[in-house]
Amino acid sequence: MGKVAIIGNGISGITAARHLRKLGDEEIVVISGETDHFFSRTALMYIYMGHMTYEHTKPYEDWFWAKNGIQLVRAWVQKLNPEEKNISLSNGEIINYDKLVIATGSKPNKFGWPGQDLPGVQGLYSYQDLELMEENTRGIKTAVIVGGGLIGVEMAEMLRTRNIEVVFMIRENEFWDVVLPEQEASLVGRHIEEHHVDLRKKTELQEIVAGDDGRVKGVITNSGSFIDCQYVGLTVGVSPNIEFLRGSGLELDRGVLVDRCFRSNVPDIYAIGDCAQFRDPLPDRKPIEQVWYTGRMHGETVARTIMGQETAYRPGIWFNSAKFFDIEYQTYGNVWPLPREDEQHFYWEHAGGNKCLRLVFHKEQKYLLGVNSFGIRLRHKVVDQWLREKRDILYTLRNLRKANFDPEFYQGYENMIIEKFNREHEHIPVKSVKTGFFSGLFS
Amino acid sequence: MKPLEYIQNFGLSLFLAGFGIFIASFFLGNYQLGKEALSGSLSEREAGLLTPHLESVLGAEHSSSFSLVQEVDQALQAANRQVMERYRITSSELQAIGALASDNKPIRFTSDLLDEYYNSDQEVLQFKKKGLQDYGGWLQEREYRGEGELLADLEKVAENYNRYGIINQQGFDKYRIKDIKYQLTKDATTGPIKDHPWRFLMLTYGCCILGAILYFFPKLKTEGPPGIKNHHVQFSAMKSRGWLGILTGTFLILFYVVLYFFPEYMTSWIVMVDPISYLLKGSPAGRFFLYGFIYTLCILVMGVRMLIHYRHSNYQMLRTGSVMFFQTAFAFLIPEILLRLNKPYFDFKNIWPLDYDFFFENELSTLLSSGSLGLFMLLWGIALIILGVPILVYFFGKRWYCSWVCGCGGLAETLGDPYRQLSDKSLKAWKIERWTVHGVLVFAVIMTAGVLYTYWTGDSQLLGLNTYSIRSVYGAWIGAGFAGVVGTGFYPLMGNRVWCRFGCPLAAYLGLVQRFKSRFRITTNGGQCISCGNCSTYCEMGIDVRWYAQRGQNIIRSSCVGCGICSAVCPRGVLNLENASENGRYNKPDLIGNNSFKTQEAGD
Repeated sequence: MGKVAIIGNGISGITAARHLRKLGDEEIVVISGETDHFFSRTALMYIYMGHMTYEHTKPYEDWFWAKNGIQLVRAWVQKLNPEEKNISLSNGEIINYDKLVIATGSKPNKFGWPGQDLPGVQGLYSYQDLELMEENTRGIKTAVIVGGGLIGVEMAEMLRTRNIEVVFMIRENEFWDVVLPEQEASLVGRHIEEHHVDLRKKTELQEIVAGDDGRVKGVITNSGSFIDCQYVGLTVGVSPNIEFLRGSGLELDRGVLVDRCFRSNVPDIYAIGDCAQFRDPLPDRKPIEQVWYTGRMHGETVARTIMGQETAYRPGIWFNSAKFFDIEYQTYGNVWPLPREDEQHFYWEHAGGNKCLRLVFHKEQKYLLGVNSFGIRLRHKVVDQWLREKRDILYTLRNLRKANFDPEFYQGYENMIIEKFNREHEHIPVKSVKTGFFSGLFS
Repeated sequence: MKPLEYIQNFGLSLFLAGFGIFIASFFLGNYQLGKEALSGSLSEREAGLLTPHLESVLGAEHSSSFSLVQEVDQALQAANRQVMERYRITSSELQAIGALASDNKPIRFTSDLLDEYYNSDQEVLQFKKKGLQDYGGWLQEREYRGEGELLADLEKVAENYNRYGIINQQGFDKYRIKDIKYQLTKDATTGPIKDHPWRFLMLTYGCCILGAILYFFPKLKTEGPPGIKNHHVQFSAMKSRGWLGILTGTFLILFYVVLYFFPEYMTSWIVMVDPISYLLKGSPAGRFFLYGFIYTLCILVMGVRMLIHYRHSNYQMLRTGSVMFFQTAFAFLIPEILLRLNKPYFDFKNIWPLDYDFFFENELSTLLSSGSLGLFMLLWGIALIILGVPILVYFFGKRWYCSWVCGCGGLAETLGDPYRQLSDKSLKAWKIERWTVHGVLVFAVIMTAGVLYTYWTGDSQLLGLNTYSIRSVYGAWIGAGFAGVVGTGFYPLMGNRVWCRFGCPLAAYLGLVQRFKSRFRITTNGGQCISCGNCSTYCEMGIDVRWYAQRGQNIIRSSCVGCGICSAVCPRGVLNLENASENGRYNKPDLIGNNSFKTQEAGD
């Protein structure tokens, strides 16, 4: 029996701890300077909006950790000493380990803009960031958000619940169009504007300007225009939070370099979650995976290797989800912003303009490659299976109802989707399906 | 947006004004007890007893119900003292009987003895004689060695008779006292409300309803496009146990305490709804008419709020429409109309054991003496218990009742919706809940068994317990105390389903079926959960929904009322209420997405 120290109590570190406990009786210590207990980082926005308190965002009750023999230490890690196999903490304590898991997550990016460190300018990642945002936005009138990604739109939603005017600057032509195809990107953009957010496309930040009090008083855009504001949210992505590891002997690039078993170059030291970077990324996947779900999978997987069951990370079909104000988004498989050479895209959008579905399939062999869904809930299990089994597009359309995960009595859009498909592909018509009002009740 | 906010503020002010007038109207009555009131509310015997003690009260003006109630109470006590004086068996009487008995050897207590002593037709003496006979049955034919021994036993008999035998039959027992105090105060109520009930109805209910509607409707615009808008819930003094919530809870608790235990003080409010009662059933309102009226209005008005709040969800809209309909038609209008038609009052959607007095003998005899309709009602009620519950729960889960039909559920889902996040999600609360809710079910079953035993055998003792005491304890502590005072009064403190979760015996019964034999479950969507906690936070039953969602396990909990809010508030489309084959209903935790190893999570 050895001692495993885990730095970071986010989803990756905590999942690793839980799975280590399931697999054996190692001594487990989780160190975090952020909070005493694991909370759901994705729920930070709901604390600000008043949907939940911090207490609500803790997935396990406080007694859970002691009951499962997982020690929690509240401190920041200052230094890693691989030779001595220990870490020094901000409270002066030194923790020895037999195995070490680094799961320190990310920090918000800053790209060297003038004024980026002014009071009132911040990113949003940690609990401390949330507290800072609470303070920074108290009583303000206008906020500028720089960078159109998932955290940017969340921040816009948060600020709007406090009736703060939001100017949302994005570099791209449409919101998040580095990930979303143009039609989805524009659908989300319209919805953001419907929430009275001033979405400025193709606009970049030039400089953040301080007022006489030393706090932010406005920003200057690349077109030279000045926007009056009392707060600037920098949401231009995140990068691994690994500064404290510089010089420790760990091989670092943007993140801690690891193999498929999350092993770093130093024996007995592993890195998972946002801060890990695969030396050899999986096909069609990024070297750094910064998603809740992958963090969880990293944690599950590394626990096995640590316990002696060497297990390489082999994720299944890619999936992700988000919510843009009122519109839920789910994606399965690979949907690139532009069709690849061997791909064909089929896109349906509801007349209301806030629901859509994109099916990506192989141009010749017609099998399903990816799905984007906005405003319609899809059943993960079914879509995952279709993608694994390479079901063809006609099968997909005929069985779309089976993939629906909307609550009972919701309108079914299957026939509208099929109708549009048939109009566009007259040579391969699909019959309409039954989508009765009460169809879900006796399934 | 500004003009809409003005409308909302105006609505809020209007509501508060109406509510203020409502509170003020509690104190606004004058009270003058007339002779007619006495003859109207009392039997001839009662009037004869009570009137002499009310001489000073009759015709006098009282500016508050408190002083009138006090005087009536004193009159009732005086009348009771008089009755006691008259019918009490004194020690000297017992000694005389003892002396008579010791004339014969061996000394015995016999009917002849009593006939000999009470040898007159005088009503008082006959009553005493019967009392000693009834209460002294156990002495009959017993042999005593001395007069002293007999006297000791006689003292016990007389004590029981004096305590239990007189007031119940010749005076006013505690139930009758409550009745009379309430009835006389109501009849005595005069003043502006009595004179202008419609005016006050408009000033109170009218203003409150209009104000609420003006407050809710602008939300269609001010809250932006349809969707979950739980903004500021945790900062709200009303919705997060702040001062407003505590104040509201206090008001509700007081309201229920007065309604159930001191209705004689709320006669102004009852008089105010008299005209509506006349419209519906052609007779004056009682306290439960007032309660039903307010209850229905709360469900309707707050139902409108619900419809606006969840307008993006057909499930929520239909469900809300359903509870609004069942409350208005089945719980409120139909029973009152039945009364107007001289038929038994009957709520066709109420089910034993929530409807705990369904098998009480007065209810049974009412139904059995009401011809084929009464018989149909009886059979319908029984069919709901033995067929309706299991069959419908099998197909749809207990939600068909708890969050689509039930009146308690209807109030919880409308008036109580703003408080759903206050339910306790801890494991400890779950443990307590299982004991209490099933405990009340057992209590209800035992209580009803006793009632039926007494109904069929006429014997009021079962296993050493008095079946009447059991039912009165149940009625006061469970029916009124738990379901009413705690169940609704604690909405702003412990969430909107305190009764349903910790107390409702029908929920326990429905829950047992749901847990063990049903097609209903809440499914989780593959690996999509982000553990955010919205589902658990907004679960009114205190189920830690996230616990299941984040490990990919179906949620099958006996307490789940299927309100569907967990699914509605989930930002990632993870939860869905489904009816499907029982195969795989109890599934192993399964999170899709990681193929690195075979076995998925096998329990924490």
